[in-house]
Amino acid sequence: MTDTTPALRLDGIVKTFPGVRALDGVSLELLPGEVHALMGENGAGKSTLMKVLGGIHQPDAGTIYIAETPVVMTSPQQAKREGVVFIHQELSLADELTVAENIFLGELPRKSLGRVDWQTLYGNTDRILKTLNVGFDARTRVGDLSIANQQMVEIARALTVDPRAVIFDEPTASLTDAEKVVLFEVIADLQSRGVGVIYISHRMEEIFKITDRISVLRDGQYRGTLNTAETDEEEVTQLMIGRKLDLSRNESHHEMGDVALEVRNLSCGDLFRDVSFTVRRGEVVGFYGLVGAGRTEIAETIFGLRDPSGGQILLNGEEVRIHSPQDAIRRGISLVPEDRKGQGLILGMNCRDNMTLPQVDDMTAGPFVSDGAEVAIFDQYRDKLDIRTPGWRQMVGNLSGGNQQKIVIGKWLSMRPEVLIVDEPTRGIDVGSKSEIHNLIRDLAAQGYAVIVISSEMPEVLHVSDRIVAMYSGRVMREFTSEEVTEDSLIQAISGIGGDKVA
Amino acid sequence: MAELTKQGLGRFFARQGILVAFVVFMIVFALATPRFIDIDNIAGVVRSSAILGVMALGVTFVVIGGNLDLSVGSMMSFSTIVVLDLHDKLGPALAIPAMFGLTLCLGAFIGFLVGYLKLNSLIVTLGMLSAIHGLTLTWSGGKNMDIADKDATWFGVFGQGYVAGVPSPIVIFALLALVLGVILSRTPFGRKVYAVGGNGTAATFSGIPRARVVFMTYLVSAFCVATAGLIQASRSMGSQNTVGQGLELEVLAAVILGGASLLGGAGTVFKTVIGVLILGFIQNGLLLMGLAFYAQYVVTWVIIILAVWLDIAAKRGRLWSPIA
Repeated sequence: MTDTTPALRLDGIVKTFPGVRALDGVSLELLPGEVHALMGENGAGKSTLMKVLGGIHQPDAGTIYIAETPVVMTSPQQAKREGVVFIHQELSLADELTVAENIFLGELPRKSLGRVDWQTLYGNTDRILKTLNVGFDARTRVGDLSIANQQMVEIARALTVDPRAVIFDEPTASLTDAEKVVLFEVIADLQSRGVGVIYISHRMEEIFKITDRISVLRDGQYRGTLNTAETDEEEVTQLMIGRKLDLSRNESHHEMGDVALEVRNLSCGDLFRDVSFTVRRGEVVGFYGLVGAGRTEIAETIFGLRDPSGGQILLNGEEVRIHSPQDAIRRGISLVPEDRKGQGLILGMNCRDNMTLPQVDDMTAGPFVSDGAEVAIFDQYRDKLDIRTPGWRQMVGNLSGGNQQKIVIGKWLSMRPEVLIVDEPTRGIDVGSKSEIHNLIRDLAAQGYAVIVISSEMPEVLHVSDRIVAMYSGRVMREFTSEEVTEDSLIQAISGIGGDKVA
Repeated sequence: MAELTKQGLGRFFARQGILVAFVVFMIVFALATPRFIDIDNIAGVVRSSAILGVMALGVTFVVIGGNLDLSVGSMMSFSTIVVLDLHDKLGPALAIPAMFGLTLCLGAFIGFLVGYLKLNSLIVTLGMLSAIHGLTLTWSGGKNMDIADKDATWFGVFGQGYVAGVPSPIVIFALLALVLGVILSRTPFGRKVYAVGGNGTAATFSGIPRARVVFMTYLVSAFCVATAGLIQASRSMGSQNTVGQGLELEVLAAVILGGASLLGGAGTVFKTVIGVLILGFIQNGLLLMGLAFYAQYVVTWVIIILAVWLDIAAKRGRLWSPIA
């Protein structure tokens, strides 16, 4: 880092949307060869800032400098020409095309008569792939690659322009640990070539592992830049949310009631087999396991979305048959699904209507929906869950991830369920809202709800659960109480090692 | 300050664009052809739009629920032919409920295929367009259907009568719009239609019986078609087998002009009524300006495509965008 001319500088960027000041004079400086973390809660303005940088939004005020020359970014194409490239969280690749075609889409090398020059195309592609050290070649169909390798294709695409700055937006969201290592090597390589990297992530371990500096946004304002080596998680978190975050082990002990839900030898085809467990009133049972271990499928079966191929479900000691979500809801089972936007919410509908949807039949005065009854429910749960929205008329799609999740939770709490299943309660949610939702789950248990939490994040499972069920490949491997569980034993159980079957 | 006003205006246009377009339209035509704002002309346009309008009300439900209904034109021919045929065989008092029953059966069949069997609504209703046409021809034996003694029946009241000086097709259209408008915006069923069209998976996860809701939207559509068939039969007292041919596209055009989203989840009965009226006044205005009636086909569709474009442009804030 001898060169001190910033590769990229944003100065006093202001961007307002109707009713919201999304960016309020934000400045950011990226040096060549630096990995610079951009952090902030959802809704803090990170994505808006990056959209301004990428030419998707025009700022109301402020200037973008590339190597200290002011530029006006009018389109993503122009941003790319200026050497600013984005690796998005959601991949934008054509599954049916080859790696090479995806990388050079829109600028395929041509021969006479407009024919594609395949030889040059594959040659150029393989040369780029070689620098990335990946295990596939230019002719591979993108649809056949893992998510991690598809991300490598995106990165390769970025490298075709000899970038000045590369922006990674939550790149590790769907990567395994081994795949992350490869990604970090690529980032280190970019760094050594003098490319500036902006790294957007919620994951502290990664931030501290690979970045040089950390800039923090809060409520659309620039809150400061820290040298990674001289700070710690606590300081960063405080800057982000203005207070401390508690992620300790669950140690609360309150009275537990009777068994609310019992599952005996439940099976569903190849998805899971012989699953048995109980949940008591006042208890949080965490389900931990790898993606594909069958946890979500169990929840969906209990909620009537799948038909079990064997086994029993007992509610308050009585066997029940649940054939549809309507059955489940009638019996007091609620499910907060894992895919908030796809399964949890109707994004084009307002906050209130989303929240009251499962009980709209009961929200009536005569044949009509009663505005008053609905608003009363909405107000009650907005206050209870501290949902931040300008009003119930706001479209749910305009809220931040944390507030969206609270709408879904409010929707199911307002049904006053006996059993509440929460699948991935904080996926894609910023730290601040995360801890609020964790506290909420603990509170619900204290109030006597029987709660199941399915999560892929170990700290989360440890933090909220009274008991933990470890699953591997459709089977329950082991059950732990919160006193006896250790991280090692948990990891072994979900990897299929050291479960009851072996021990 | 100027910026704020501009933003406010932009938002007003985005939300009420269709209403603004309607007003602008009326003014332009009124200036071009003074006869356009003549009260008789206006009443005439509304009256001749009533049949299309009644059908569009039902299709609004189907479209908001996330599906299409291209069978309504052909189904309207069926209703018209059936009620005219049964009129002479059973008398009007029995013929009308029998025709409604049969039309609702067709709607239920489509609703079953699209709702419960989850078949693609475009394919199902396109197929039904053709199948129902065949059914109509089978019923009539291919002949035109006429009421034998047109002076001896009260059957004409739906198409030719007046209520308090207002032509009955307009009264029926207005009443049905009012009732369906209230159902869509004020009842749990209406809410579920928006939910199922907005995000069917999330609706299922919220315990909304998606299949039943979709099924019901096709029943609403069939009921509206039967009503339109009744007005048509009552007005002309006789009909060809193809009386509703091509109406499915005009109906869809009116619904889209009204701003209902083809992806489902958005639209209102009121806006559809405005869409119907715009379509009616465009066609009337063009005739008054002396264009041949077949020019309507071209102009109508150019305007619809423009409307869809401006609608999308208003949503994304610019006329053209590299991302959807």
